[in-house]
Amino acid sequence: MSESKLRPPSVAVTQEEYKQLTEKLSPKPTVLKNVLSAFVVGGIICSFGQIIVNFYMNYLGLAKTAAQTAGTATLIMIGAILTGFGVYDTIVKYGGAGGIIPVTGFANSMVSPALEYKKEGYVFGVGGKLFTIAGPVLVYGITSSIIVGLIYLLIR
Amino acid sequence: MLNNILPAFLVGGLLCVAGQLLMDLTKAKITPAHVLVGYVTGGVILGGLGLYEPLVRIGGAGATVPLSGFGYTLVKGAIEGAQSGGILGVLAGGVQTGATGIAVAVLFGYLTAIVFNPKG
Amino acid sequence: MLHSKRAGNQTVVFKQPPVILAGYNVVGPKEGQGPLKDTFDMVLKDSYAHEKTWEKTEMKMLETSMKRAAAKANVPLDSVDYNLAGDLLNQIISSNYAARQIGLPFIGLYGACSTMALSTALGAMLIDGGFASKVLCSASSHHETAERQYRFPNEQGNQRAMYAQWTVTGAGSILLADQGEGPKITSATIGRILDYGETDTNNMGAAMAPAVADTILNHFQDLSRQPDYYDMIITGDLGMVGFQLLLEVLKRSGLRLSNNFSDCGVMIYSSEQDTHAGGSGCGCSAVVLTGHLLNKLKSRELQKILFVGSGSLHSSVSSQQGESMPAIGHAVSIEMN
Repeated sequence: MSESKLRPPSVAVTQEEYKQLTEKLSPKPTVLKNVLSAFVVGGIICSFGQIIVNFYMNYLGLAKTAAQTAGTATLIMIGAILTGFGVYDTIVKYGGAGGIIPVTGFANSMVSPALEYKKEGYVFGVGGKLFTIAGPVLVYGITSSIIVGLIYLLIR
Repeated sequence: MLNNILPAFLVGGLLCVAGQLLMDLTKAKITPAHVLVGYVTGGVILGGLGLYEPLVRIGGAGATVPLSGFGYTLVKGAIEGAQSGGILGVLAGGVQTGATGIAVAVLFGYLTAIVFNPKG
Repeated sequence: MLHSKRAGNQTVVFKQPPVILAGYNVVGPKEGQGPLKDTFDMVLKDSYAHEKTWEKTEMKMLETSMKRAAAKANVPLDSVDYNLAGDLLNQIISSNYAARQIGLPFIGLYGACSTMALSTALGAMLIDGGFASKVLCSASSHHETAERQYRFPNEQGNQRAMYAQWTVTGAGSILLADQGEGPKITSATIGRILDYGETDTNNMGAAMAPAVADTILNHFQDLSRQPDYYDMIITGDLGMVGFQLLLEVLKRSGLRLSNNFSDCGVMIYSSEQDTHAGGSGCGCSAVVLTGHLLNKLKSRELQKILFVGSGSLHSSVSSQQGESMPAIGHAVSIEMN
């Protein structure tokens, strides 16, 4: 039985030519502007974090590591609350990586899906979706730290 | 006290710049989730090689606030665990040092999600 | 084939062109602030419109546009023979719920953003084929429901690419009839799926342009027409990038282009609204057709238009697996005589 031949596209452009056309006509990201914004926004968030750590060390008398942990925890709170108020996505729109990479961005990535899927219930919606992005972060962070720890054990 | 804010600004800003370049110069498949996973793993690897410690000494919060700082915390705990408790120490060490951060994230993530509604 | 109304490979010509008796649309606040703001029948004040979920809002928008299109046409809803509708959500759930409220024999359609053109083409075929005297054709999309299904949670921080488009919050319906006064559907070209290997779901315009070009080329070939036959050839939602690509591809394929091409996605938002490459979604072409285009046809500023819906037929799973995006375009010609 012969295979029926499909009528070829009427478009007179090959896939390769079209790829090049797309590449040429698709606007590129404004890299310089994005990099500067990321630098400023990321720098501001980290400076703010440093001010908080300083406060914990100098006014509450915490030791350095404890102050850093407390500072991280405080920033997570702030990132979560700003996400709740619907403000954090605007920070990332302008600051890009400057909003995503600090731990406030991590808080945003946990709260936003949980917020979004609240309508789908508290167990699968909120509970499940909290870990949409936090899950991979923990999986890869913990796994890689264990691997490095084991390598360290073997080398010693 | 104020003289550690400028280094925090600079180191934090530069770490974010690296992430921005990664997002802008690679194919669109890199989502915020990929960047976060990349940074935490990067922090683990650099921490394991001893290259993250100087960043923390110079930049303070500029190195601990970005998610790579969390990776550094995890690997520091794993290595300290290795020194004191062998394999069991390795397994427990990372999670133990990261515990406070994880607990706060879960708690506040949950509370905020319950209280607020998405605005779009 | 007996009594054939077919022309060429993909086009059908209607012997008694069905009439668009009326159209109705409902849009969100962002669309209501755009360049076409005076052409919309109802503009919502926010994305929820007093509903508990965005999905409920979209269903309500669609139900409203269906009911009011029939009312505007002075046609009792229960005298309509078929209700054709589709949207972007999984299992076209907005259309299913809206159709439940309407209660008419229902045909659910999935053409992604080409659904308005698809439903109009099929509705016209049902009427000219003698299977119906009145048909409701509708399509809808909602920015927040589409975003949470296809991309990211709405509060998640994210930087959109410069070639990305913004899903329109809008629902549009037309009431087609076998007789009456109004713009007439004279022919329809059903498209075939073309996949030129685009894998970036942020660049839907690039994914859709070849399929739309293919449909346009076949339409003109089937009817032995040239683009200057029409006052305007308007595509659904190619956006600024897809639109440029379309013109370039058509030119290279030998079509004699005249200055009468435009795109609903480019028209619906202004550059100040910072949507990057323009609007997209089933609602985009639906609300532009039922408002701006119908107005211009009725006032005879436009006498003959070719309305070409464009759809990207990927799923949220296929794109995560790195697959490319199959696309399609459907064309209907609408003429005032």
